[in-house]
Amino acid sequence: MAQNANGKNKVLMKGNEALAESAIRAGCRFFFGYPITPQTELAAYMAKMMPKVGGTYLQAESEVAAINMVYGASAAGARVMTSSSSPGISLKGEGISYMAGADLPGVIINVQRGGPGLGGIQPSQSDYWQATRAAGHGDFQMIVYAPSTVQEMCDVVTDAFDAADKYRTPVMILADGMLGQMMEPVVLPEPHDPSTLPEKPWATTGHRGQRAHNVVNSLYLTADELEELNVQRYERYAVIQRDEQRAETYLTEDADIVVVAFGASARIARSAVNAAREAGIKAGLVRPITLWPFPDDVLEATTSTAKAYLVVEMNMGQMVDDVKLVVSGRAPVEFYGRAGGVIPTPAEVLERICALNAEAGE
Amino acid sequence: MSSVTEKETNVVFERPHALLPVVTNYCPGCAHGIVHRLVAETLDELDIEGRTVGVAPVGCSVMAYDFFGCDMIEAAHGRAPAVATAVKRVHPDNVVFAYQGDGDLASIGMAETVHAATRGENITIIFINNAIYGMTGGQMAPTSLPNQVTQTSPYGRDVSSAGHPVRVSELLATLDGPAYIERVTVDSPKNVRKAKKAIKRAFQNQVDGVGYSFVEVVSTCPTNWGMTPQDSFEWMRENMLPYYPLGVYKDVVADGFANAAEAASARNAACPIAHPETQGEEAR
Repeated sequence: MAQNANGKNKVLMKGNEALAESAIRAGCRFFFGYPITPQTELAAYMAKMMPKVGGTYLQAESEVAAINMVYGASAAGARVMTSSSSPGISLKGEGISYMAGADLPGVIINVQRGGPGLGGIQPSQSDYWQATRAAGHGDFQMIVYAPSTVQEMCDVVTDAFDAADKYRTPVMILADGMLGQMMEPVVLPEPHDPSTLPEKPWATTGHRGQRAHNVVNSLYLTADELEELNVQRYERYAVIQRDEQRAETYLTEDADIVVVAFGASARIARSAVNAAREAGIKAGLVRPITLWPFPDDVLEATTSTAKAYLVVEMNMGQMVDDVKLVVSGRAPVEFYGRAGGVIPTPAEVLERICALNAEAGE
Repeated sequence: MSSVTEKETNVVFERPHALLPVVTNYCPGCAHGIVHRLVAETLDELDIEGRTVGVAPVGCSVMAYDFFGCDMIEAAHGRAPAVATAVKRVHPDNVVFAYQGDGDLASIGMAETVHAATRGENITIIFINNAIYGMTGGQMAPTSLPNQVTQTSPYGRDVSSAGHPVRVSELLATLDGPAYIERVTVDSPKNVRKAKKAIKRAFQNQVDGVGYSFVEVVSTCPTNWGMTPQDSFEWMRENMLPYYPLGVYKDVVADGFANAAEAASARNAACPIAHPETQGEEAR
């Protein structure tokens, strides 16, 4: 085992397995899943490891059942997770909405593949809108983390569970087939002792004659009551938007051309930014780590220097809408993307940066 | 004038503790109230209310969480068995039951129903079969009878197009997972007592670790059938009971086994991989 500067052990792990191991270390002892490429190693890791830590791995009959098992385990107070890939996440939409409506915490991992429909099994980022806009029916949002390295996949798992418990909301980790399948050296998070996790006095654990009965529910037939609950939930969302925005900036201080990319495509964009700098172009990168809340503040700060924005995604153009909302017409916002599982190359991105720089200089 | 004093009062009948003192949303003559009471009496008699978690369905009994005094979860339509599965896995010492109607259990939730049963989850399912969707106003259910007129089978259920009603108890009895399956009804004091016995048994089985226990209650829907409560029971006896015969469909204890797992093991005794104990070292 190699050691990093802090003397911590580094291990070489596949992204999917790193997500699973980190979840166990975050105190997750219940996992409900269903096989789907390219996330299957995650479920297989859970099947292997959960019995060894006194946890439960259960292969559900469907994604629909799996997310409703997450709903039940969360209602019962457990730290619980499920994972899938794009078509399976669509099936989980029902349960995610019910979790939001019943204020239940839980972590959902989407190792994205190309769509729509059965699509393909190659990496994609085409579920951005689904994750940030409409994971299910009704007025709700969920926190969405978009790691771009296997190390960051490890790190955001703990944050995802903690944020889910703190805000009583489902939280998604939006990865993709590239991150899920790649191997990188990682320092795994320190294990949580599951007995030290936050108390959940609202959970349905049996009242034992000690309190009134707890009810976990999302049904409110009185319109005024339901509206009030929505308003309260959006007050919580405002706190999340204020406190949980997260992004990485790279060479943006003096950037004329600001590239915005998340997850796997941010790795490619970063290479292109480096190449642009070598060519004398002042390029920089904003990498949202939370997709919701979108890191408006970090992006806003770049508008003082940016002459143009280039949004790079592995889809037909989704996050670009959020960038346009922040930039609000103060600079042109261009999009470059590849879809269906095709991964853009640094050379393709560099070409767009050069073209934008030439236009901005005119 | 009444001359009864408190001293002379002898309580012979009262609301079960596990049934909250609230007005339900059930129609006059609906059997849900009877079955709720039987479940609540059971929770009282087994002294398990404090460690019981109930799962309510979508349908007329969607608001059962307001009626039972134990902790309650409202599940998405048809998903109660998946929710109950997880609650039981998180807290194996809790008693977990799902209370579901025919649309919830046998149509949209059939996959969850069958798989919770075949996994042999140690939970209790109470299934109200009244051959119609009540809450949405009387549409055809998976258990609606051939030629039964409903809002969505206005010319009567045409089995050549809409298919045949599902006999859920018989279907689940083919699986290895369940320990106990019985179909009852509540149309008479005698049958209410039988239903109570079955429901109590279904909870006692869970407490004793015997396994998945399922009670189907053939029931009525006077409102959506367009009949008086009395006529409803008469129609139910005439038409539903021949299609859905009352009785015990599976009972592993009566068959001489301690639990569902033992019964399943005996049934698949000829399958080598299921029985490594009968194989030589090499086969392992």
